Amino acid sequence: MNAPQASAPGLKASLADRIALSGVEGRRLHDVRETVPLAAALSETRLGGAREALAGRNVLVRTKGQLAAALLLIELDGVARRLVIAPPDLDPAHLPAVTLDAEIDVVVGDDADCDLSLSAPRPHGRSDLPPHSTEWVMFTSGTTGRPKMVAHTLDGLTGAIKPSKDDALPVWGTFYDIRRYGGLQMLLRALVGGGSMILSSAEEGVGAFLARLGALGVTHLSGTPSHWRKALMSPALHAISPRYVRLSGEIADQAVLDALAAAFPGVPVGHAYASTEAGVGFEVDDGLEGFPAAYLDRAGEVRMKVEDGTLRIRSNRAASGYVGSAETLHDADGFIDTGDLVERRGDRFYFMGRRSGVINVGGLKISPEEVEAVINRHPAVRMSLVKGRRNPITGAIVVADVVAEPSDEALRDELLALCRAALPPFKAPTSIRFVEALAVTPGGKLERRLA
Amino acid sequence: MSIKTTIAAEMRRVAGEQNKTLAPIADDLVLLDCGLDSLCFAILVARLEDALGFDPFSTEEDVYFPTTFGEFVAFYERAAG
Repeated sequence: MNAPQASAPGLKASLADRIALSGVEGRRLHDVRETVPLAAALSETRLGGAREALAGRNVLVRTKGQLAAALLLIELDGVARRLVIAPPDLDPAHLPAVTLDAEIDVVVGDDADCDLSLSAPRPHGRSDLPPHSTEWVMFTSGTTGRPKMVAHTLDGLTGAIKPSKDDALPVWGTFYDIRRYGGLQMLLRALVGGGSMILSSAEEGVGAFLARLGALGVTHLSGTPSHWRKALMSPALHAISPRYVRLSGEIADQAVLDALAAAFPGVPVGHAYASTEAGVGFEVDDGLEGFPAAYLDRAGEVRMKVEDGTLRIRSNRAASGYVGSAETLHDADGFIDTGDLVERRGDRFYFMGRRSGVINVGGLKISPEEVEAVINRHPAVRMSLVKGRRNPITGAIVVADVVAEPSDEALRDELLALCRAALPPFKAPTSIRFVEALAVTPGGKLERRLA
Repeated sequence: MSIKTTIAAEMRRVAGEQNKTLAPIADDLVLLDCGLDSLCFAILVARLEDALGFDPFSTEEDVYFPTTFGEFVAFYERAAG
């Protein structure tokens, strides 16, 4: 085995060391095509002879599939200076800016335009390389424009992970993509917490994924409320019998929590609050939506407060800051404004959506301004306000209030067609209401109230 | 129009708008296999709320997620009382 890097001054144990420490016997990473034993993930390189050349470098991990990304993260944490994890939908047009902002030396992946392509696995000598405290950089799930990157450490990313209380090895599965914060949490839980991991695949339908999860004996399964609603509608749901069900990434409403409790009697159903910037904030295990107001008074490594209606979090699991931007993440007291509106009713807080008006349709974020710009292109339109309408299937759908002259059915159809032609389906309004006027704030901006 | 007819008509309308091919509607049609995606179902449930005046996913005590077209219709019929 390798010399533990934690013994070097100022250095933390690398991900590979932490996996090794929790034992690799019987543990595996699965995707739809391949199964890799964790023992092999620790002892083999997929970088050909180039691994040494990446020591101390800034590396962008840009792969087609999740398994390749997971293996690279295991291989390069503690080796690279900075690991930037490209989400699957990163627009290639943003690559030059990303490369510049994150000072990328090498793009590693399985695409033709990568600097370094992955090759067949072969044994490597891990201990030869000087250890680094690798910075992990993730993209925020932004809506339009240049994506934001935030910096984390492995310690911060794994700060919420408690040792498994199970005797049997957990088999984690997730509907998320591990190249986003929510999915990465689950991967690290499996890797550091002593389990196996089943990864989803973009080309696999929910029924096929559930069948595969069942066949591989998934015990811990996580996804957004929208993922779970889809799973609940699938006849393949009975293929799985998890011991723990987890939701995060969107507002978990009471209906989906109740439906999961009914589908898996006696199984704990928890929902977690986390964001790419603020890290894992808290978990709620009482089966109810929202969170107890008493959480605001809790001591410990995550402190919470509500100011101007939004939830603020101070935590050592939070990102240290943005990469390539002078924008500050923390206020003077070290709190991060999550931008999530909460409202207190009795002894509980409930999530009310995003202050920015950003609409979350099944985990996909939509900036209202982007949709309004399309509607406003029509010469008959004077003003428009795009907002979310609560929906039991995707959390929200996009609707629009429009001030136009003349406002008739023909214009409604024209506007809907215009949006469908210019925008991806989830961004196009599903209905348009004509209104006399729209409220404007004293500052001259459209008043964005919650739908 | 019966609830069943309304639901079938809205499903066809959403499929048309979203350029989806809807499978022939039958009671045992599995919703996830009918050609509509999550967004289509989200739009369908919103349209049905506008047409029928209720959304059983939000109002019913015992929420469950129907698997087939027949169950979906029954869920709405029960909520209509």
